Amino acid sequence: MWSWETFIDAFPFVIKGINVTLGLTFTSYVLALAAGFIWLALESTPLRPFNFIIYWIREFIRSTPPIVQIFFLYFAWPMVPYIGTSFTPFIAAMIALGVHFSTYIAEVYRSGIESVDKGQWEASKALNFSKKDTWMKIVLPQALPPTIPMLGNYLIILFKEVPLAATIGVVGILSLGRTYGANTWSYIEPLTIVALLFLLLSYPSAVLIRKLEDKVNRRFDKKNTKVKVTE
Amino acid sequence: MEPIVQYKDVHKSFGDVHVLKGINLDIRPTEKIAIIGPSGSGKTTIIRLLMTLEEPTEGDIIVDGQNLWKMESGKGMKKASEKHLGIVRNDIGMVFQHFNLFPHKTILDNCVVPLVNVRKMKKSEAVELSKQMLDRVGLGDKYESYPTQLSGGQKQRVAMARALVMKPKIMLFDEVTSALDPELVGEVLEVIRDLADNEDMAMVLVTHEMDFALEVADRVLFLDEGVIAESGTAEEVINESDNPRLQDFLRRFRGE
Repeated sequence: MWSWETFIDAFPFVIKGINVTLGLTFTSYVLALAAGFIWLALESTPLRPFNFIIYWIREFIRSTPPIVQIFFLYFAWPMVPYIGTSFTPFIAAMIALGVHFSTYIAEVYRSGIESVDKGQWEASKALNFSKKDTWMKIVLPQALPPTIPMLGNYLIILFKEVPLAATIGVVGILSLGRTYGANTWSYIEPLTIVALLFLLLSYPSAVLIRKLEDKVNRRFDKKNTKVKVTE
Repeated sequence: MEPIVQYKDVHKSFGDVHVLKGINLDIRPTEKIAIIGPSGSGKTTIIRLLMTLEEPTEGDIIVDGQNLWKMESGKGMKKASEKHLGIVRNDIGMVFQHFNLFPHKTILDNCVVPLVNVRKMKKSEAVELSKQMLDRVGLGDKYESYPTQLSGGQKQRVAMARALVMKPKIMLFDEVTSALDPELVGEVLEVIRDLADNEDMAMVLVTHEMDFALEVADRVLFLDEGVIAESGTAEEVINESDNPRLQDFLRRFRGE
């Protein structure tokens, strides 16, 4: 049965894991944002067979479950000859989640870039902008703002995938909730706390992102800057 | 006078479609040329090749003595590098049918940013020059506006100012009034007339504004099925040519 006493007792125990949960969320998210660019850069080199290989690696990562990748990195990677090395649970989960989400984020970037009108590239060329200035001054400033809401959504989705790391022993709020349950035989309260913490953090973020989305849409209202993402 | 641009037997195909079938054309340094012709005849492609937006399939384009798309290498010619294209491109400016202003920048910055980044001009000088040019095209009160706040005619005038501050030797106009509401066409043509009358640069206008073209152009080219079918002064092309396809084109154009 539900007991407020247990709830109050469990709360400080469970919340100790919030640093790890949030820490893993943000480090893997930053990795995903950076690696997203790397995928696009690798795929746009003029080497045809190379691009093709990169495309399929990315497709492979995107189409396999993150938990398989977490297990692979933690258990199997150390056994790979020559390049294999062992990671701490936190690092293994960070890399696996970061790389997994980078494959989606690359798509978001791509859709942002493709939403920039062809005429913008032509005008940049006619004005003789360098490649670098065309990207930095003209294309990316138009391509990125409309992607912010999508990027925010992926942050929330990633946050909710972080408990997967519990399976290899990363001690976040979920692990602590379970530990509390195992010690006291009261599971309802600690796991409710875990769920509430996720709700408490992701719901306001979702609202914030919706606000941001409205703002971005208002600023970039005209036809050619709407971003569509197909998964 | 040496021509500033020469097309030598230039061909362009898009896949199986042979758009330009041997263009030979000399443009003198101050000449104002109008290109007319049915849609699909390759008018726009001619100037897009010069702006390096498309690569010719065959032939040479010489700009100010330099081969645009090819460069010397040890033996013979090879495809021009991006650097080589950049140097030749410096002499050329273009105004587009759909304006292609930078929507995230004010109209002043639309002019200033290329000057600072491409011409390496000091910011203060760039602002000064850009303001002068925006005043000239009648937008002196809009420096801080964004392109979406302007009418089509105003956008196109900004686009011209942006191309002009770069001081090109050759200005290309790609159907610059085609996307405008009819009542806004006049203000844009007014600016072109001002340039044609007062600037020394070469100008090439691809246009459907027949009467205007005939009035400002030193020479009119009638492009038909990928070749220059007629070339001469407006008088010669319009009144003296007996090319039946040109007659037909003009008749359709005047709605007869």
